[in-house]
Amino acid sequence: MGATGSAVSRVPGADEIQKETGFSSAHIYRLYDRFQVLDKDDNGVLSRRDLQSIGELAVNPLGDRIIDAFFPNGVETIDFRSFVRILAHFRPTEENRQREPNASEPLNSRNSKLKFAFQLYDQDKDGKISRAELLQVLRMMVGVEVTDEQLESIADRTIQEADLDGDGTISFEEFKKSLEKVNIEQKMSIRFLR
Amino acid sequence: SKRWCSEKMTRKKNDRPNEAPLKWEWQYVQGPYLIVVWIMVASLAKILFHLSYKVTKIVPESCLLIMLGLGLGGIVLAATNKPEYQLDPNLFFLFLLPPIVLDSGYFMPSRLFFDNFGAIMMFAVIGTVWNSFTTGFALWGIKMSGLMSDKVDAGLMDFLLFGSLISAVDPVAVLAVFEEVHVNETLFIIVFGESLLNDAVTVVLYKVFNSFVEMGTINVHPVDYFKGIASFFVVSVGGTIVGLFFAFALALISRFTKRVRIIEPLFVFLLVYLAYLTAEMLSLSSILAVTFCGLCCKKYVEANISQKSRTTVKYTMKTLASIAETIIFMFLGISAVDTSKWIWDTALVLFTLLFILVFRAIGVILQAWVLNQFRIYPLDKIDQVVMSYGGLRGAVAFALVILLNGAKVKAKDYFVATTITVVFFTVIFQGLTIKPLVKWLKVKRADQHKPTINEEIHERAFDHILAAVEDIAGQSGYHHWRDKWEHFDKRYLSQLLMRKSAYRIKDDIWDVYHKLNVRDAISYVDQGGHVLSSAKMSLASMPSRTSFSENSVTNLIRENGSGVCLDLQVIDTVRSIRDREDTVMHHVLTGNLYKPRKRFHSNYSRHFISANEQERQECEVFQRNMRRRLESFKSTKHNVYPTKSKARHKRDKSQKKKNNDANDTIPNGKPRRNISWQNPAPIAVEIESEDEENDNSETEKDEGITFVARAADEVFQERTPSSNLDVCQSPCVIPPSPTCAEKELPWKGRQGDLPACVSSETTKIVPLDMQQAWNQSISSLESLASPPITEIQLQPTLAELDEFPSPGPTPLHLARFQFPDSTLTTQHNSDDESPDSIQQQELQPLVSYERPSWLGQSASSAGTRWPVQFNRASRVSLLKNLVSGSTSNLGGQSSSSQTDL
Repeated sequence: MGATGSAVSRVPGADEIQKETGFSSAHIYRLYDRFQVLDKDDNGVLSRRDLQSIGELAVNPLGDRIIDAFFPNGVETIDFRSFVRILAHFRPTEENRQREPNASEPLNSRNSKLKFAFQLYDQDKDGKISRAELLQVLRMMVGVEVTDEQLESIADRTIQEADLDGDGTISFEEFKKSLEKVNIEQKMSIRFLR
Repeated sequence: SKRWCSEKMTRKKNDRPNEAPLKWEWQYVQGPYLIVVWIMVASLAKILFHLSYKVTKIVPESCLLIMLGLGLGGIVLAATNKPEYQLDPNLFFLFLLPPIVLDSGYFMPSRLFFDNFGAIMMFAVIGTVWNSFTTGFALWGIKMSGLMSDKVDAGLMDFLLFGSLISAVDPVAVLAVFEEVHVNETLFIIVFGESLLNDAVTVVLYKVFNSFVEMGTINVHPVDYFKGIASFFVVSVGGTIVGLFFAFALALISRFTKRVRIIEPLFVFLLVYLAYLTAEMLSLSSILAVTFCGLCCKKYVEANISQKSRTTVKYTMKTLASIAETIIFMFLGISAVDTSKWIWDTALVLFTLLFILVFRAIGVILQAWVLNQFRIYPLDKIDQVVMSYGGLRGAVAFALVILLNGAKVKAKDYFVATTITVVFFTVIFQGLTIKPLVKWLKVKRADQHKPTINEEIHERAFDHILAAVEDIAGQSGYHHWRDKWEHFDKRYLSQLLMRKSAYRIKDDIWDVYHKLNVRDAISYVDQGGHVLSSAKMSLASMPSRTSFSENSVTNLIRENGSGVCLDLQVIDTVRSIRDREDTVMHHVLTGNLYKPRKRFHSNYSRHFISANEQERQECEVFQRNMRRRLESFKSTKHNVYPTKSKARHKRDKSQKKKNNDANDTIPNGKPRRNISWQNPAPIAVEIESEDEENDNSETEKDEGITFVARAADEVFQERTPSSNLDVCQSPCVIPPSPTCAEKELPWKGRQGDLPACVSSETTKIVPLDMQQAWNQSISSLESLASPPITEIQLQPTLAELDEFPSPGPTPLHLARFQFPDSTLTTQHNSDDESPDSIQQQELQPLVSYERPSWLGQSASSAGTRWPVQFNRASRVSLLKNLVSGSTSNLGGQSSSSQTDL
């Protein structure tokens, strides 16, 4: 999709967003286009309702959880900047790109990606995935044929497997540890169209 | 079509005596008779092939059919000493090709198709041109270099002509082979889309070169080349326009067939065939016309015609396509026996084979490189190999080569021989080897390390997250244009082409839900915050279970006093069993974790139309999500008006009493049984009065939305668990076994009609782009229908569950509970309630067996007028006790809950 310089300047605060998220201006223009399409009432912000009307999310087992993740701390609407900031978690990680030491951790680092996923489980935001929280997510992700008992035992086993300090919950550190063999950089990245 | 069979049989007829009492009218019937017999032979052969699963698993059906054709042709040749039957080009183009193309166009996943439209067009146009020219020039080069026999009398133009007909990837062959090789959706749509769209290129190149050859190379002027290029645009664009025109006409007609439902399906076939013939008549690309006609009319036609017509169209289309395909391959085999038509030249054959393989590979790699610069999902190496190798040639090439004018194209017989060899080689050899190749490549790529349960779960979660983020960020293709188009479609096209009723229900999903939610919340608040209103019933017709809510009573119960937990602790001390359980869990997870989004539903199989796993999953997930949204919406509403709800509560109680009285008089001769789990609090159950229902239905009409409230209400009468149980998220609901009297209740009389009714109604709350999947899943459910119809609606999955592969060392059955004189569940009980299954459950307490508890929950909201409730056993370790216990409890507890109310 052709993005021109003049088109990018249409996007409010494009430069800052670019700096913050690492998206190219073409990316930002495209995303802004998308943002406007999603924004059904043209008021410059997205509400939950806007995201919920995306058909595919209705059949995504974690769809609503992800929508929630776009509205952190109970905010009702997000502007374009927050929208892009969240999407930036899924930007592919550049290899061997040096960042200035004083800069904060980029949004698309392995750690940030994991943190994002972790927050989808951790609904009460206490920094731990409890058994009930894990069960909720599991229930969303498996078919109805699996019984609650089966799920509970799976959840128990999952926690046992990851729980290193024996408190019956999975902390972020434990979560990270259990996924250390997984190529998060690749599995949690999408290729954004230019 | 009769021509090819008439000669032989007239001979036989002549030596019959005329005065015989039994008149022999063979000549009269012979044409249709032979056609029917041929189709019969082909179909019987298919039955034969599919008798052995092993054979069809290894050998694609197309190969088997060709071999059968070879065999039959040999027999005919031996019997009559001359080759009788041929794949007649006219027969092929007029009758056999259209059904196949229609089937592919109509069931083409349009979204996926347009997402990959760029790639498809590139391969179809540039790829085909590249293949034709390189093959033509290379063969000419070989001829010049003297490697080919001198008898092959062909110049550059002849070779280019040959190159043009041999280079086109054939839709029939690709479909036949690819449907059995399970490659990824994108790969499939690219190769298959290419094979459909390259028709225009092939037709143009063929016609242009053919005319050049017939004119003689000397007479070709430069202007003719430009004419050729211009004719490409005319043929392709013209074909597309013809297709779109008829699609429009078809959609418009189907809007007005409400009173003649019975001929609805006919219009689909008539108009599409008209499109095909019109395109042929104007010498435009008929394949393009039919493809686009099918592709574009589908949305509107499906919305307009009835559910039964939809099923009819689907099955008829599949049947026709299947027959046509079978006959094509069989006759390809038979035609090959006719040696009089072909002359073999080894060099020509070998070099042609070499060139089509090599140039296809080079073309694919070059084009894939270009495409990868623009694609979100690049085509990787394996995709490219499969694409190169999957370029199968087929009957189109054969028909075209037969059509050549032997007087002008001197080397026609050589070309025929080469084409037959190429077709046979690609279909048989490549068809046979592509499956192992794909498997081998995949195995090579897959990194083998046994994932831990954590990895398995989280990685699947990542997949879902990515899919969702992609949908939000709009990364799956040309969203800008698609949004524009959808806007246009919604504003103008749909309004013009769809029935009012059909159009309005297709309104934005959220609008529907918003209204639903608002109304739901109002009634929720009205009724004291405990009753689930009829809005939820619309969801209840789908199988589901509500989401967990942490503070629910049941969850507390679960976590505190579950027998399974005890079992778990016991088992945890035994290490050896632990490993086994890991395997079991692994299998449970791999079998049951929802797969990440896929846009393509494989509708192409000609052998069976199965209930799609993906569709089922979408139904489940969709319903859960909607419920969750509904719940959260309500809970916020509830918090806003806490006082109001309290005030209303009292009034409800009195209302309830009234209803109770009314219900008591229901002539089933039995007192109502009303039991609640744990009996937590007096919770309203049957508040919703008739009046309210009427109100609801009125508002529904106003909004142009029809909910399944009534239908579901009736369906679920028989298994009405209580709403209060649903509120507490209780898994403990046993559907009641209906008494004879209950079954005869007036509102239960129409059960036979219900599936269609419910399915078409539920369609209306499914998002637009999932309607297709939804409809298909519904119709496939219908086709699975067996006596207890309500059972099917509630548990569309059960039929499949029976075939559910038993994972791991212990078979994963769903144990079903025995309901005393249950008529509804006998079918499912019969096989499972053997002592064995119970034993297995006891042996394997960790992974326990249970009837899915959504059964109860999905039905839960329906029980507004018929408040019969049962306890349901959820703990399988307590299975035996509870089965008897719950039933014996029924009488005992009924009075207590009554008084509470």
